[in-house]
Amino acid sequence: MRDLTNEILELIRRTSSSLPPDVEKRLRESIEKEAPGSAARGALETIMKNIELSRAQSTPICQDTGTPIFQVHYPVGWSTIQLKAQIRAAMVEATKKSFMRPNAVDAVYDKNTGNNLGGDDFPYVHFEETEGDDLVIELMLKGGGCENVGRQYSLPDNSLGAGRDLAGVRKVVLDAVQKAQGQGCAPGILGVSIGGDRGSSYIKSKEVLFSEMGTRNEDPNLAQLEERLTSEANEMGIGPMGFGGKTTVLDTKIIGLSRLPASYFVSVSYMCWAYRRRKMTLKGEEIIYD
Amino acid sequence: MKSITTPISDDVIRDLKVGDAVELSGIMVTGRDAAHKWMIETFIKKTRAPQGDDLEVYEELKKLLNGSVIYHCGPVVSGLDTKEYKFVAAGPTTSIREEPYQADVMKHFNVKGVIGKGGMGAKTLKGCAETPGAYLHAIGGAASYIAKTVTKVHGVFKMEFGVPEAMWVIEVKDFPVVVTMDSHGGSQHAVVDESSKKILEGLLEKPY
Repeated sequence: MRDLTNEILELIRRTSSSLPPDVEKRLRESIEKEAPGSAARGALETIMKNIELSRAQSTPICQDTGTPIFQVHYPVGWSTIQLKAQIRAAMVEATKKSFMRPNAVDAVYDKNTGNNLGGDDFPYVHFEETEGDDLVIELMLKGGGCENVGRQYSLPDNSLGAGRDLAGVRKVVLDAVQKAQGQGCAPGILGVSIGGDRGSSYIKSKEVLFSEMGTRNEDPNLAQLEERLTSEANEMGIGPMGFGGKTTVLDTKIIGLSRLPASYFVSVSYMCWAYRRRKMTLKGEEIIYD
Repeated sequence: MKSITTPISDDVIRDLKVGDAVELSGIMVTGRDAAHKWMIETFIKKTRAPQGDDLEVYEELKKLLNGSVIYHCGPVVSGLDTKEYKFVAAGPTTSIREEPYQADVMKHFNVKGVIGKGGMGAKTLKGCAETPGAYLHAIGGAASYIAKTVTKVHGVFKMEFGVPEAMWVIEVKDFPVVVTMDSHGGSQHAVVDESSKKILEGLLEKPY
């Protein structure tokens, strides 16, 4: 089995320092919606300058290089033990090279490990065996500021008048956006999962964020709700950084799961504008980065 | 655009109003969750006995923070091996976590400015009026761009908190911020929270 440590290190560098083009495009488009001279427009202009500078210098877009979330789709025959070891080795190297901030803190003893390795689950790696021949490794870096404003609702929610249906889902998601204000580094991207248990619901609300901007759910009911939520979230006028303005949410992605008859969870993962997600594919001997 | 250099006088602070864009220069200190908890417990509420170099650091901080600025930031720093420190990425972190501590820290050390993101609450707003001081909003996530304004790293305290949580003494030139909480009771965050809440109420009434 090929050692991919260096290639994974390159994936980390790209993810931390080079924002995906679809996100950059959406941010650029939103500048024109904000009034000239407004704090909101100024924030977006600074964001654009930062995106360019980070890419040119290979420095982190955001100093909070977040929770590293890896999704590995591996063909039959690969060793997940070895892949995980390579991911961890690459993470240590990426920290030494300042692509990553040391971000793993022992929650009991308050000690930063200094190398981005913490227990078995930091970095977080999810493996999925696939039928194809290509090995695909996706990485998302999700910062703590936006992670902290994520929310999970158990429906019905009387305080919001939210019942166990899509109308109720709409209400709680809008509530989550209002409560987040600018603290998740708006403009944000919403990952929403409906159903599951508390754990799977949160995990899926993040997984759905691996798709490209503007990807709509195949179910027309959910696709319609995705667009409506983005538009209504923006009506609230929270704006970039919470300064007030037209651009609060850039996109919404929803996934529907199975639930128990007794449970109806809605999880909202808020992704900051520094929506860092990148992919590498091993095709035969060739490595392709997106 | 106003240009301000630390140390900052009361008059300069009282002149600042919500919405003002400011370019900040001079020496400031980073401090976030661990630092605020440590300052409150060890020197302000004194519920924890000073340990190690705590008292020496306290004497230094009193001088450094007087009339200066605390920056809520957990930077990416290079040169950790050689101690030739350089800020690589240094945007603001979410400030609201320091809400229980901030006003007391401002008053105790005479801190005139707090830089962060996301804004703070009523207790800090009162602290801004009393100190007087201002909350200066940096652009969240603009880490490489802000790091460019850090011209020098003078040193670091409390490295045992870890790189992001340590207190870094830095010199900046033209660090861009927006005043979102001033010393006259004005808070852009309170305004936006209130107006968005009203709009949300309207949206919740709409049929599906």
